[in-house]
Amino acid sequence: MEKEQHPHIVRYRTYVYVLIALLFMTLTSVAVTHIYLGPYTVATALLLATLKSTLVLLIFMHLKFDKKFYSYMVAGVFLLLTSVIIITFLDYLYR
Amino acid sequence: MTMNDHVHIDEHRDDEGAKTGMWIFIFTELLLFGGLFIVYSVYRYLNPLAFHLAAHELSTFTGTINTVILLVSSMTIAMSISAIQYKNKKLTLILMGVTLFLAFLFLVNKYFEWSGKISHGIYPGSTILQEASRGEILFFGLYYTMTGLHALHIIIGMAFIGYVMRLVAKDKIQHDNFIILENSGLYWHLVDLIWIFLFPLFYLIT
Amino acid sequence: MSETVLQHNQVSYLEYQGRFKGLFAWIFSTDHKRIGLLYLYSMLVLFSVAATLGLLMKIELIAPGKTIMDAQTYNSFFTLHGITMIFLIVVPGLPAVFGNFFLPIMIGAKDVAFPKLNLLSWWIYILGALVVLSSQFIGDGPPDTGWTFYAPYSFRTGTNMLPAVTGAFILGFSSIATGLNFIVTIHRMRAPGMAWMKMPLFPWALYGTAWIQVLATPIVGVTLLMIVLERTLQIGFFDPALGGDPILYQHLFWIYSHPAVYIMILPAMGVISEIIPTFARKTIFGYKAIVVSTLAIAFVGYFVWGHHMFTSGMSGTALYTFSILTFLVAIPSAIKIFNWVATLHKASIDIQTPFLWALCFLFVFMIGGLSGMVLGALSANVHLHDTAFVVAHFHFIVFGGTGFAFFGALHYWYPKMFGRMYDKGWANIGLAIFFTGFNTLYLPMFYLGMIGMPRRYYDYVEEFHGPNIVSSFGAMLMIAGLIIIITNLIRSARKGEIAEADPWKGKTLEWSIASPPTLENFDEIPVVTKQPYDYE
Ligand code: HEM
Ligand SMILES: [Cu+2]
Repeated sequence: MEKEQHPHIVRYRTYVYVLIALLFMTLTSVAVTHIYLGPYTVATALLLATLKSTLVLLIFMHLKFDKKFYSYMVAGVFLLLTSVIIITFLDYLYR
Repeated sequence: MTMNDHVHIDEHRDDEGAKTGMWIFIFTELLLFGGLFIVYSVYRYLNPLAFHLAAHELSTFTGTINTVILLVSSMTIAMSISAIQYKNKKLTLILMGVTLFLAFLFLVNKYFEWSGKISHGIYPGSTILQEASRGEILFFGLYYTMTGLHALHIIIGMAFIGYVMRLVAKDKIQHDNFIILENSGLYWHLVDLIWIFLFPLFYLIT
Repeated sequence: MSETVLQHNQVSYLEYQGRFKGLFAWIFSTDHKRIGLLYLYSMLVLFSVAATLGLLMKIELIAPGKTIMDAQTYNSFFTLHGITMIFLIVVPGLPAVFGNFFLPIMIGAKDVAFPKLNLLSWWIYILGALVVLSSQFIGDGPPDTGWTFYAPYSFRTGTNMLPAVTGAFILGFSSIATGLNFIVTIHRMRAPGMAWMKMPLFPWALYGTAWIQVLATPIVGVTLLMIVLERTLQIGFFDPALGGDPILYQHLFWIYSHPAVYIMILPAMGVISEIIPTFARKTIFGYKAIVVSTLAIAFVGYFVWGHHMFTSGMSGTALYTFSILTFLVAIPSAIKIFNWVATLHKASIDIQTPFLWALCFLFVFMIGGLSGMVLGALSANVHLHDTAFVVAHFHFIVFGGTGFAFFGALHYWYPKMFGRMYDKGWANIGLAIFFTGFNTLYLPMFYLGMIGMPRRYYDYVEEFHGPNIVSSFGAMLMIAGLIIIITNLIRSARKGEIAEADPWKGKTLEWSIASPPTLENFDEIPVVTKQPYDYE
């Protein structure tokens, strides 16, 4: 079995930048709730949540630095869950 | 343990395999919450108004504070992995300690939030809820279940990180052998990831 | 240390003495082969219990009215029968027994990736089994909901639901642990030279299965958890009185349980793909097509769950979609059948017991699959849903498919596992009786379903009497066959002839090592250069 070491060390600074971005998006999503956007309120909140989780996955969870295979798996799992939700809604949307 | 243990196990240390295993475990956790997200989205679609009203009962402020706490703790645990790679044991331990402390703060907040709700008579089966609309019953049922299950994961994550801290302290984890630390970090980020979605769905739909 | 190494290479895994003696050398062993056998023995016990329940139900149905038990007993019997057979036997079955035993060997590894987790999965399995069984003895009487735990009845019934549901929940962890272990094992531990496309088909099937185990089980886990919370804390989820939608329960349950039927059948197909080339002395026809269809089944199988809910009141759009997807998922299954049959074409076949099991599998699996197509058609389903037809369908597939493959695998790998050969004469006689009994038992149920006999009732109207007599008689015949088969296997484990290392002239790696294997399987990790079924 080959023994991969972990050559990549993420710099502290990178993490700080990511945190700032995450906090910024959090505050934005809170602020947005005070503006009336109608049905788009939820959409905005979810969009920001998706962006946030992408950042967490890529940097904090090292997907960006790991083998591509991990990213594919993660994408696959999210795709699966989304598809299941969509198919469930084929029932509720058209009932 | 049988004899064959030390023949089999320490013979191949496979960090990549351990990480793959951890990721797969994380997928199962994501799908566990996934089931609840399905329930949430269906009931929310069926009871938009009630969910909207019920969410007013939750304090956006507490939710936001807890989000900030978790995000910072996610950063500190991520940094601890860099620290161990830089062979800085002390910093590693400090960063992990901070993570644990923040996790604890999160739980304290959660405790006050829940007990506040309960003292207002909002809990499953309470008289107030029984008279509320069906959508509101569902909303609070989901609120307690999802945040409760999430809090349980926080506790498991804390235990995991605490255990790994001991290993670091005893030099069982070092700059060239830190996959367990990495895996505990992954677990902690998972907890964060779930909260990133719970937060808007419960606190921001007012 | 060098002494122990020497010892490992000579002593078989059955005789090997570790730190513990006697029973403990087994229940604390992390050797994948011993764990496989632990599962086998546990399942044998549970299977006997559940099969007895089944026989008793068939005896009840031999005549209208009360024959040997009242309605409530019948209800609790089919519930325990279903829970045991599904969650404790066919879902874990092939991966836990033969996957554990043969996956590492077939890919040229010494063990699975996480041996301790593997042992833990068996312990969790036992715990889950005990919790499920405890539902029979404590509290307010055995559960009576059927293995599907449909809401809202599952939290209205006064019976002892909690242990049954909790047990099923616990078993989920065992299933996930096995799946996780296998995925990592296959990714990380294949012998040098064994590229993905050189991997035998049973490991491939386990790989597809493992992904379903990992990605579908959590959904049923959380669903069962919701039932528990709804029963204990009155949290509203599915109870209409609390605003819930009972149909959503069905969605969640089948989002797991349809993929779960592929957890049952994929490894069975893998076993058949091993047996057929060995006895046909021929490379499998269309290796790639089988691999691709395995993965396609695993994938498409996620999106057809609604075919269990055609009469539940789902929206029309959902009905059409699920029906179309259901027909699509049959295509990859059919592809495999063609491949197996094509492999047999112009082969010089060595007819032996495992091969006969594989042939019987093909026969019953076709009937099961085709009846599935009938059920997948919306109009037919309205008539047939919740009738004996459905019971016949899934017994043909689950018992006929997975069960036959299980026994086929047992007869195929038995000489490797125990180092002895069973009595082939008795094995064939047992199979003949079993197969006749099986068809006599389940074929009439198709007919009964079509003329309107509902499932899950202890009683029926006089019109249904004739076919029911035939069916109940078939049940007795089938059990007689089973007894012969199992007795023969148990007896031969001690008294059978010593088996050679490669009695069937198989080509996959497990046949290249000693029977029974040594503790570490291989003296030296093999280097793979050929395709798995290289007979030319
Ligand atoms: C050829 C592909 C298949 C098709 C088209 C198919 C179709 C169906 C349909 C439409 C139903 C629902 C019937 C009803 O309740 O009205 C059903 C039930 C069932 N099927 Fe299949 N099926 C297929 C293969 C399988 C396989 C491979 C298995 C398991 C190994 C399986 C196991 C079951 C079980 C257990 C049930 C009944 C569950 C219950 O209600 O208790 N099926 N099938
Ligand atoms: Cu199905």
